[in-house]
Amino acid sequence: MVETLQQLLPGFLIPYLDQAMQLGQGFFGPVLWQNILTVVWTVIKVMLIIGPLLGIVAYTTFAERKVIGWMQVRIGPNRVGPWGLIQPLADGLKVLLKEVVIPEKADAAVFLLAPVFAFAPALLAWAVIPFNDFLIVANVNAGLLFVMAVTSISVYGIILAGWSSNSKYAFLGSMRSAAQMISYEVAMGLSLVVVLMISNSLSLIDIVKGQDQGLFADMGLKFLSWNWLSLLPMFVVYLVSLFAECNRAPFDLAEGESEIVGYHVEYSGMSFAVFQLAEYSAMLLGATLVALLFLGGWLSPVGFLPDSILWLFIKILAVVTVFFWVRATFPRYRYDQVMRLGWKVFIPICLIWLTVVGCWMMSPWNIWK
Amino acid sequence: MEFKTFVFYFLATILVYASLRVVTLRNPVHAALHLVLAFFSASGVWVLLQAEFLAIALVLVYVGAVMVLFLFVVMLLDINLDRLREGFWSYLPLGAIVALLMVAEMSLVLWVSYLDRVENDVPQAEATYSNVQAVGRLMFTEYVYPFELASVVLLVGIVAAVALTLRGKRKSKSVSPAEQVFVKAKDRVRVLKMTAEKRD
Repeated sequence: MVETLQQLLPGFLIPYLDQAMQLGQGFFGPVLWQNILTVVWTVIKVMLIIGPLLGIVAYTTFAERKVIGWMQVRIGPNRVGPWGLIQPLADGLKVLLKEVVIPEKADAAVFLLAPVFAFAPALLAWAVIPFNDFLIVANVNAGLLFVMAVTSISVYGIILAGWSSNSKYAFLGSMRSAAQMISYEVAMGLSLVVVLMISNSLSLIDIVKGQDQGLFADMGLKFLSWNWLSLLPMFVVYLVSLFAECNRAPFDLAEGESEIVGYHVEYSGMSFAVFQLAEYSAMLLGATLVALLFLGGWLSPVGFLPDSILWLFIKILAVVTVFFWVRATFPRYRYDQVMRLGWKVFIPICLIWLTVVGCWMMSPWNIWK
Repeated sequence: MEFKTFVFYFLATILVYASLRVVTLRNPVHAALHLVLAFFSASGVWVLLQAEFLAIALVLVYVGAVMVLFLFVVMLLDINLDRLREGFWSYLPLGAIVALLMVAEMSLVLWVSYLDRVENDVPQAEATYSNVQAVGRLMFTEYVYPFELASVVLLVGIVAAVALTLRGKRKSKSVSPAEQVFVKAKDRVRVLKMTAEKRD
């Protein structure tokens, strides 16, 4: 913490920083002071991620309504504030003031805990997401595994929501959504296995750095050496599985209220809104992972421009826009088609491509050395 | 007290509490959820031991997959707790003997390794040391035959599960998507060209 602060603070403040350090050390004793510093520094780092993230999640809902509006030759929300910019706050206030109805004979504790289970993993995974070589909350060696483990927890939110509602429709809906998520997790996991095979590391920073080399990168066309081209089938599988994993259109069976009932029929007010927030933050997390794993993260697309965190944001924005675009254009899948796509199309593609890449890496034409 | 020690006691308390609740709760779904909590705290303790691969694998496999199936089963079954409790006192002596034996065995094993540990302190690995790589290397060199054997056992399990659920030909009238995709307009619709007829 101290080193980072010394770099960040303007020069005239550094003596004060040293004094504060000495004061704290004298007051609490060196061991306790070190512990306090660790805790405070971690909390600050977490706040720096979570605060902006929640704001961005709120405005993603707004952006979605605007973008889909433009695509369908409508205007979108435009009443609250200039260009409707205060709409997310108005929605949030409205949702907060609504009553949270807990069904009779529902398991109240689990009923209220379920949205938290859905929302928390999507926030927790940001702990290991790097924004560039050094901006990261926790640089874990097994970062990719951590993300996979954490995102696999979000299925509990869905199962518990359906069960605790004490309604057979919600329960059936939760079975459907949970089965969908588990199925697509297999395909996602397999495509990630291919990525970590070629990058020879589970650390997200190393995976991004690994995309900075190769034939095209030497020619200055860096965007062709990113993983999306050499692993095109895995890129497509991962992207589509992400839609299913986030319960987004065209796999948003939970929200197809005209045809089928979802797991959150019994939810109202803020507890329902948390499920929506979970969906959007999972979408943002997924977009970030696509940008890091397949689109080169913070690397610039061409040789003559410098790498920057801005490239990462541009890529995330592009992937999120694809999410909106798909929602505005594609019709919803039927449930049996969803399951068929996951098990009979994506998993075979993944297994075959896994073998192909394995043989490719062992052959003399290996391009990932 | 070092920060790590504090974290350990924090996690251990939750772990013990959650494991106790697993066996004492009346509601089986709540018990399963406490088991999830116990797995989570256990993985936290493993992270403290610098076994991050095992910790993450515990969450990924047990919390993310096994317990989900457990919950499915527990939710779908109508478990009558009163019937489960009926034979409690008659089974207690046998259960107590088995439990005591297990505790004795475990404490013997742990005591021996504890004595070992006290004599030669556990070396601390460097922060950059990746134990995913270490586990992978061991698994595919020294333990490659047991590993392959385990995969064969899993394969048998998959085949058995498929065989158990396969119930002959599908009786539903759904059309295979492959056929649907390759349908042409002329298979379904016939356009007749005819001259206009006069009404008589």
